[in-house]
Parts: sequence; structure tokens; C-alpha cells
Amino acid sequence: MKKATGFLFVFMAFTLIVKAQQGLEPGDKAVNFNLLNIDGEYVSLQDYQDQQGVVVIFTCNHCPYAQAWEQRIIDIHHEFSPKGFPVVAINPNDSSIVQADSYSAMQKRADDKNYPFVYLLDARQNIFPAYGATKTPHVYLLEMDKDEFYVRYVGAIDNNYKNPEKVTKTYLADAINSLINGEPVKTESTKAIGCSIKVAKD
Amino acid sequence: MKSAAGLIIIILFSVINSKAQDIKTVNFDDIETVFYKTDDTVRVINFWATWCIPCVEEMPYFTKAEQQYSDKKVKFIYVSLDFPRYLETKVIPFVKKHNMNGRLFLLDDPDANQWISQVDSRWSGALPATVVYRREQKTFKEGGITYKELNEFIKQKL
Repeated sequence: MKKATGFLFVFMAFTLIVKAQQGLEPGDKAVNFNLLNIDGEYVSLQDYQDQQGVVVIFTCNHCPYAQAWEQRIIDIHHEFSPKGFPVVAINPNDSSIVQADSYSAMQKRADDKNYPFVYLLDARQNIFPAYGATKTPHVYLLEMDKDEFYVRYVGAIDNNYKNPEKVTKTYLADAINSLINGEPVKTESTKAIGCSIKVAKD
Repeated sequence: MKSAAGLIIIILFSVINSKAQDIKTVNFDDIETVFYKTDDTVRVINFWATWCIPCVEEMPYFTKAEQQYSDKKVKFIYVSLDFPRYLETKVIPFVKKHNMNGRLFLLDDPDANQWISQVDSRWSGALPATVVYRREQKTFKEGGITYKELNEFIKQKL
């Protein structure tokens, strides 16, 4: 009996570890963060309590895929921020690996491209793994429900990084519109090619 | 003597050139069967791009493995996710410089949600990614690979 309990405990611990590595999935409660914005202020998920939700996008300066989708991220913010779904961009990369993703480079890019949203640095690199982000860009759409944020959609912005005019599925916009209309999100997760997140070497 | 040397240079040059011309721009349907071969060859399939730092860092391990297994039934297939407009200016020069001898494709199929899981259900879409398989035996790695890992993945399937 003892053995069985021990085994069960080990099994449960293992399950928890596996779960932790996978990060957040649709339906999960979001993980809070408090990260430095390019304006020198810290921004927390809790600061968005008065919104309908938050469009968390792990993205960065250097990645060609992030660059290809950049204008569409700006457009998403312009369209949905007034409807209660602002974009929160988070750069998960370590600048010792990619100089182009340093804090000062983030400030410069946000300035050059006139980012209308906050652009935060995951300096301790502990927020992206808590979400389970593996690449840039990687979207987590959160919805506020009874004072808590829940994940409602994970994945890509749309189905054509290369050409906005050839997009046939606007995954993220569709998901936000579903939430605005009080409907369940039809496609809760998608995949897209992206740049692996650059982690500091020991 | 001089003309013989010239001839050798011309032959070498044309060999290199013909290799570079073999980079086909494809969509996923064109290369799908590469992932489901049932012969006894081990296939090493690497998804990469010239702008991807960990891809560039690991490429020497693949070309080293090409040499090591040149007399074995091991095939190397490189699938570039570079933008097609950089085929001539970036991809071909990179392939030449690194002396990549496997089959080369440039995958131009932006609707990636349709095919990423067909490569492997574990793949999130981050580059690089590597599949090593022989019939039903399959190993998948997302992110940079070490030579030791790559060598192990191949060896256990031979």
C-alpha cells in the first residue's frame, strides 16, 4: 500500500513537471508578470483588470517572422484596444545571444515603428517558459473572467506570415471577436513557424 | 598542363553549380512523402534558415555526420525556411560555403498550421527542428542539436 502511494506520488509529481514544461493551454489560468517596459516603468498583468482581456504576444526585434507580422500586431492593437483587448508585447530573448534584442534596441525599434502598445522585456527569462512560449511571435490571448485572466487562444496571428493580402484565416482577430460577442473561441490553438527563443548560455 | 588544370577547375565549378541549382522551391505537399518512406534508409531532415542563429551553429554537425555516414544508408535532407527572394543571395552561398551535400529544398508554404504537425506532433514551429527516422523508428528535436545527440539518433537506427 505504502509502495503504491509512493508510486502514485512520484507519478503525480512527474505529471506536474510535464505539465509545467508544456506551459499554458486554452482554459488555463494566466500567469501574472511584472516586467520592465521600454519607458522605464514596470507593467503587470494586474494593471489590466479593467480590460476585457489582453493580447500577450511574445515577439522581438531581430526575427524575420516577427518583423513580417509586426505591422499586423500594430493593427491588431489599433483595432482591438478600444474594444478592451490591448496588445502586450514581450521580448523573451537574451541580448547576450542576440544584440538586436537588447533593451535599448527595443526602445529604438518601438520608436522607429511607433509601437502603440507596451513592449516588455522578460529579463529573467522566467515568464516565457511559464506561458510555454517557444518562439517569436507566439500569441496568448487572455480573457478577464471574474477578476482572473484565462487563456482562450494560443498560437499564430494568421495563416500567412508572408503576405497579409493572402491571409485566409485571421485566427487571432477571430478569437478576439468571438470573446467580444460572448461566443466560445472556435480555433483555440494553431501553429506557425517562428524563431526559437534565445536563452542565455550558462 | 595548364589547360588540364583549367579543365579541372571548370568541372569542379560545374559540379558545385549543378548542386546549387538543385535547391527546389516547394510547398509541403511536394515533400510530404519524404517523411513516410518505408525503405531501410535512415533519413535526417533538418529545418533551418540562414538567419536562424542556432541553425547556423549546428550546421557543421550535419555536414560532419554526412561525412561520417557517407558509406551507410543515411540520407540528409535540408529544408530551408528562408524567404524565397533570398534563394540566390543567401541560401545558395550558405550551402556552398558549408558544403552541404544532402538534398535541398526551400519550403515556401506560409500556411504552416496545415503542415507543422505533419512533420511531428511535438513541433511547436520554432527553428531549428530535426527529424531522424527509419521506418517507424523516429526521433524529433526542436531547437539546437549537439553532434553527440545527432550521432546518437542516427546510430540507434542503423
